[in-house]
Amino acid sequence: MKEEIADDKSIFGFWVYLMTDLILFSVLFGAYAVLRGNTFGGPAPRDLFSLSSALTSTLVLLTSSFTCGLAAIAAQRGKRNGTIAWLTATFALGATFLTLELAEFSRFVATGASWQRSAFLSSFFTLVGTHGLHIAVGLLWIVVAVIQVRLRGLTPATTSKLTRFTLFWHFLDIVWIFIFTTVYLLGII
Amino acid sequence: MAHFLFGNLTWGSLPHLWYTEGATASIALMGIAAAAALTYYKRWTWLWKEWLTSTDPKKIGVMYIVLASLMFFRGGLDAIMIWIQQAMSSGASHGYLDASHLQQIFTAHGDIMVFFATMGFLFGLINLIVPLQIGARDLAFPFLNSLGFWLYAAGAVFINLFFVVGGEFASAGWLSLPPLAELQYSPGTGVDYWIWSLQISGLGTLLGGLNFVVTILKMRVKGMTLMKMPLFTWTSLCSMVLVIASFPVLTATTLLLWLDRFFGMHFFTSGFGGNPMMYVNLIWMWGHPEVYILVIPSFGIFSEIVATFSGKRIYGYVSMVCAAISITLLSFLVWLHHFFTMGSGADVNAFFGIMTGIIAIPTGVQMFNWVMTMFRGRIRFTTPMHYFLGFVSLFTFGGMAGVLLSIPGADFELHNSLFLVAHFHTMIVSGGLFGIFAGIVYWFPKVTGFKLNERLGIRAFWLWLAGFFLSFTPLYILGFMGATRRLDHYAVTAGYQPYFIAAAIGICLIALGAITQLWQVVVSTKERKQNQDTTGDPWDGRTLEWSTHSPVPFYSFAVTPEVHSRDAFWETKIGRKELPPPGISLSRREAIPPSTKKYEDIEMSANTAMGIYLSAFVFLFGFAAVWHIIWLMLAGVIGAIACVIVRSFDEHTEYTLTAAEVEKIEMARKLP
Repeated sequence: MKEEIADDKSIFGFWVYLMTDLILFSVLFGAYAVLRGNTFGGPAPRDLFSLSSALTSTLVLLTSSFTCGLAAIAAQRGKRNGTIAWLTATFALGATFLTLELAEFSRFVATGASWQRSAFLSSFFTLVGTHGLHIAVGLLWIVVAVIQVRLRGLTPATTSKLTRFTLFWHFLDIVWIFIFTTVYLLGII
Repeated sequence: MAHFLFGNLTWGSLPHLWYTEGATASIALMGIAAAAALTYYKRWTWLWKEWLTSTDPKKIGVMYIVLASLMFFRGGLDAIMIWIQQAMSSGASHGYLDASHLQQIFTAHGDIMVFFATMGFLFGLINLIVPLQIGARDLAFPFLNSLGFWLYAAGAVFINLFFVVGGEFASAGWLSLPPLAELQYSPGTGVDYWIWSLQISGLGTLLGGLNFVVTILKMRVKGMTLMKMPLFTWTSLCSMVLVIASFPVLTATTLLLWLDRFFGMHFFTSGFGGNPMMYVNLIWMWGHPEVYILVIPSFGIFSEIVATFSGKRIYGYVSMVCAAISITLLSFLVWLHHFFTMGSGADVNAFFGIMTGIIAIPTGVQMFNWVMTMFRGRIRFTTPMHYFLGFVSLFTFGGMAGVLLSIPGADFELHNSLFLVAHFHTMIVSGGLFGIFAGIVYWFPKVTGFKLNERLGIRAFWLWLAGFFLSFTPLYILGFMGATRRLDHYAVTAGYQPYFIAAAIGICLIALGAITQLWQVVVSTKERKQNQDTTGDPWDGRTLEWSTHSPVPFYSFAVTPEVHSRDAFWETKIGRKELPPPGISLSRREAIPPSTKKYEDIEMSANTAMGIYLSAFVFLFGFAAVWHIIWLMLAGVIGAIACVIVRSFDEHTEYTLTAAEVEKIEMARKLP
């Protein structure tokens, strides 16, 4: 009973945190929308983005969301090993996503399209990079969560943390869908 | 090598001006004096265990208020320096400050008063009182509360850091508007200090806001529905909702400015496609709600005070709540009135002008409700009541000026003038500070166990009010005469000087008022035996915080109260007896029948120093970012992450206070 109340508070608090993070992202989206035309003679969105690589990243991240959901189900059913296995899969997919993103960034910088080139590129790197930074935090969180589940099993405390992690991961997925649409799709069309 | 180790920090950047050296010396002296006193009285462990590492909102609240008072002193000193310069600097005389120094003082004054004085006081009062008003023993996340305070403290140190470490403070206005604040035009460290002190303290504010929203929504005592909450809790909720909705915008905006300055990005630069006007929009999307974050809690404080000292329930409770909520919502629809002159076009300006005018309606509703609460009440003219009446007159006065400014046509004339400066000082001093002063006097006995000296309190109020009128009425006139803000020099023929001199005399009266307030605390502490509050209910109060002892025990309530109506404590009093004559309070023990006292085990949150360590690492990161010391930035980030991970492994964050222990303490309290 006591733990249920604590869990209720922390989940609600985490939702509130996610909303504040969403506002932060919306500022970055707004800045991107304002500045995306300001290429200052440098490369424009259509010169840089490739739909196939963006689609690959998207599919990798969506799959990681699926495995993250499976980890949550395994945790609810009290299956410790299943939880750890699905979390590991989520980690692998998240890391792949991050690698793809960093590869894209270095490709852009190598062609002279760095964040210093134009306001458009500043806002692109900031928006996508902030999302990537969140993914990196999520990966670190997975590592800590796996260690805690291994050491302590699926206690109410660790399960509650896992629930918050899945909220965080799905949230990043939704933000990415918006990035995919407003940055990549609209940029190429 | 030296550049790797110290970044841009060189011997040459260390303090070498009279004011930085002087401030460094005085900070060092104060630090040594404090350390010596602590060592002499053997109080180090006491300070660490009882205060610094505490997660108790009552202690954190006191720490907020102490730190905010120090920052208020710093901001006030800045104000005095500004007034003296402006009174002197006319014609041949250029005053005693050079132009760049004066601009730094202006920036520091604005930021310190808003972020560190007023916000600190408000978070202090909310920490002290809101949990008690809703019958909660603690906040939803005690650790986050401690962390929030320490981030605020780190930000407060940061804004004073340039005195000691060197460099300069920002001189691009209190909101550091680009392109002036960009690296090209402000190459020094000033704007970076500005960015990181706001980032760090803003993060603390955001954590605090989140914590209070969850606490108020999830931890109210049994029976307290939303529409039975005391009005201070309601307005705190509104203010904290504004915090969580607007502070992320501040974080993001100042971060973008920093990216411009640190990574050479082009969000707000004048070249490379940057858009400085976007900064102005973004910063005011945070900035306007911020104004309401400062004043809405005071509306709640005044509602409690006017009801208590009129001996009546608040008039029009439901309309008060609706007004607070509508101000909360409307505050997001008016940001553009800060820059009508930017040229958004007549339609956009008209929309924002009308929305701004509309805010006067809910505010007016509250005004009428307060006045109606006094109507036919048995009013006791105590110090808080004086501040309330001063607020009613000043806020109405300043509000009228605001409605005038909300008309775009008039604003084109008055924009950036001292008229505007006078307007917002009238609003923030009456709506922010007077509420805080009233709240501190009102709840002082609850926190310390004794009342403040009334005679000195009322004298301080009159000094504040007279000083305020004397220093800000001339500013309205100067605004009409064309004097702009942040003026460091003017021609004799402008005819400004007599008004500036009047204003400077006014600030002296205000300073006397502040000294009287300090004296009031000293005298009252000396005479605390005479002014002791033994009942827990010194003012004949109405809400739950008066139902427990003064000073409040660390577990707040021995038995969690139950609530059946608004003015929960008042109802229990008249439930037992006839309404007492005003001024004579029914004591707590008469109010609650002894048979209902059944103690239970209480879960208390344990002390933790992790908030201090974590903020220290964040502080290091900010410091390294100002001076471009890359390895230290990395060390700061890694340290902060390590703290979070260590904390997440900690299982002993709570301890149990047994019913027997509670009973023992309660029994000891009962006997005189």
